Amino acid sequence: MSAPAAELDAAAEGRREVAPDRLAEARRLWALTWTLAVTDWRLRFYGSVLGVLWTLVRPFAFFGVILFVFTEIAGLDKDVHNYAIYILFALVLFTFFSEVTSNSVGSLVARESLLRKMRFHPIVIPLSVAVTALLNLAMTFVAVLVFSVIFGVWPTWRWVELPLLIAAMTALALGVGMLLSALYVRYRDVQPIWDVALQMLFYASSVLYVAFPTVPDEYRDYFLCNPIAALFAQMRRMVVDPHAPSVFFLMGWRVAIPGAIIVGLFALGLWFFVRESPRVAENL
Amino acid sequence: MSGAVLAKSEQRGLRLAPEPPAVEIDHVSKTFRLPRQRYSTLKERALHPLRAMQYDELHALNDVHVSIAPGEFFGIVGRNGSGKSTLLKILAGIYRADAGRVAVHGRLSPFIELGVGFNPDLAARDNIVINAVMMGLSRREAKARTEAVIEFAELQEFAELKLKNYSSGMAVRLGFATAIQVDADVLLVDEVLAVGDAGFQQKCFEEFTRLKAAGKTVVFVTHDMHATERFCDRAMLIERGDVLRIGEPREIARAYNELNFGRLVHGAPDSARYGDQRACEILDAWFERDGRRTSEVAQHERVAMAFRVRFHERVAEPVFGFSLRNDVGHTFFATTTEQRAMRTGTFEPGEDVTVRIEVDGVMSPTRYELSPSVARAGTGADTLDLREDLASLHVHGTVVTGGLVDLPHEFEIVRG
Repeated sequence: MSAPAAELDAAAEGRREVAPDRLAEARRLWALTWTLAVTDWRLRFYGSVLGVLWTLVRPFAFFGVILFVFTEIAGLDKDVHNYAIYILFALVLFTFFSEVTSNSVGSLVARESLLRKMRFHPIVIPLSVAVTALLNLAMTFVAVLVFSVIFGVWPTWRWVELPLLIAAMTALALGVGMLLSALYVRYRDVQPIWDVALQMLFYASSVLYVAFPTVPDEYRDYFLCNPIAALFAQMRRMVVDPHAPSVFFLMGWRVAIPGAIIVGLFALGLWFFVRESPRVAENL
Repeated sequence: MSGAVLAKSEQRGLRLAPEPPAVEIDHVSKTFRLPRQRYSTLKERALHPLRAMQYDELHALNDVHVSIAPGEFFGIVGRNGSGKSTLLKILAGIYRADAGRVAVHGRLSPFIELGVGFNPDLAARDNIVINAVMMGLSRREAKARTEAVIEFAELQEFAELKLKNYSSGMAVRLGFATAIQVDADVLLVDEVLAVGDAGFQQKCFEEFTRLKAAGKTVVFVTHDMHATERFCDRAMLIERGDVLRIGEPREIARAYNELNFGRLVHGAPDSARYGDQRACEILDAWFERDGRRTSEVAQHERVAMAFRVRFHERVAEPVFGFSLRNDVGHTFFATTTEQRAMRTGTFEPGEDVTVRIEVDGVMSPTRYELSPSVARAGTGADTLDLREDLASLHVHGTVVTGGLVDLPHEFEIVRG
């Protein structure tokens, strides 16, 4: 199976107690994550005629309804430049967040057979959930781009900030996802709690309206402490309306609060997950 | 044969003396805490914050201590729930030991079962890549080796078939073929040979032989005593988390069978019994090896069977008989004193008699049940006492020919 030289190496390595090769471990971690993510992505709409195109249906159907209700009935689009494209972006990004977090919740339990039969760091599982969601997001973005152009919003150089925004969103979602998935192993209540929490977050996160000027001044600072709302405010300036105020302008130094929440939740999720991971397989 | 094995392992011991053991299991214990209430909810915790969670403790492993030399084929045998798979999972790093230490020197295969990550909705080809990546190959290596795997598994015609349309045997073949692609010095293998047809099993055996020749260390969990005796250099028997014995595979196989079948017989309810037992009754029946009672023998060993009768009335020329059934219920062998035209004599009330016969070891490896009988002289149909399946014997060995008996024979090949 391996050359004699390789065997010698292995023996030498053996004498140094167990010396795991960090790089090889990291490579395996990524190979596993990617394989699980792609497999999951391919299988999600397995057997359906439209296949992966169904990923687009949910946000866009929702988009159509919302656009009609909030522009024609509620009139929220007053004073908001490119309102339609704003809610389209916000919807797609929020769908991404909710997909990562809610799919993470039960992910460890769902992958029980893997966790119990193979040695690998369980972090692969929430990571692969995030990667699958990123693949979906990439798909959706193609369609979003087409819509933007139809509505007259052309990409500008400001869009280069978009990956940064998505990275922040991913960090937040992943932090929450790791926390929830590890908690779910102990407490099955996490699932219904998170369903409700997501719903609340949806309405609290300015998906359907904008932080400025729709949200009253006296609440706006508190409102923007929600990192998702803050990211959306920034997204609005970046993507749909360069004249909209930036989140830095709106919050001043307090912009550190949503920033710290993102970093904090990611760190908390990672810490808790790593703390729980050695015993995850037996607690399932 | 046992001498040869011993010599071989001594030799290995000498040759590898300066090397550290491949696997050290140092006084490992593991206890599972099983909460009485399976699903703990926050509500419950909130309502009863002061009530301590109640657990049942399950001692899965107690102070297991063994070290396995590089290049050794080490078998772990035990009954269901004995803790053998838990031990393997601790070795693999999937579970964590509560006490003690496990050290593995060299690269360890990260899986303990075949076909981890197989997905029924994907084609065999895709599953190979997934499985190989799980086992530590890179995606590129996995793709490069796919053809070799398919070829080894002899599944060329089915490579594009979805796994859900595979038979379980085919899936195992695919799993095994992928598993041997992994580059590891220490392989952990849990129950590989449970499925698969005879031809493929043979291939697995060849692969094991090759691994052995390549000096790989293999830790092998199994129920299969044939495989244990055939491949293992040493084996360990565990029962309820305790190591009962570590030693030569043959001896371990014997102990395992004793544990299994010995207990089975003692716990069995009374089997069918015929005759009124007024004139005499059969007290006991058993098998013997070298003059001692046993419930198992190795293939080709001479075995005796015996039973003990107590007479309550005077009986002249009773007919003593033995009948032996195999595991599928075929009467494999039967004999009576009458058929052998043997005079048995006259027995008085209160007299105890032991009847014994000895046979050559021609029984093929499986389980046998002994039914002793006593009948009145004459037709032999007037049964005084007949007890079905009173004793059982497990014949174990390494060569399953598929035949019911191993008749002594010589081959002769004549040309022309």
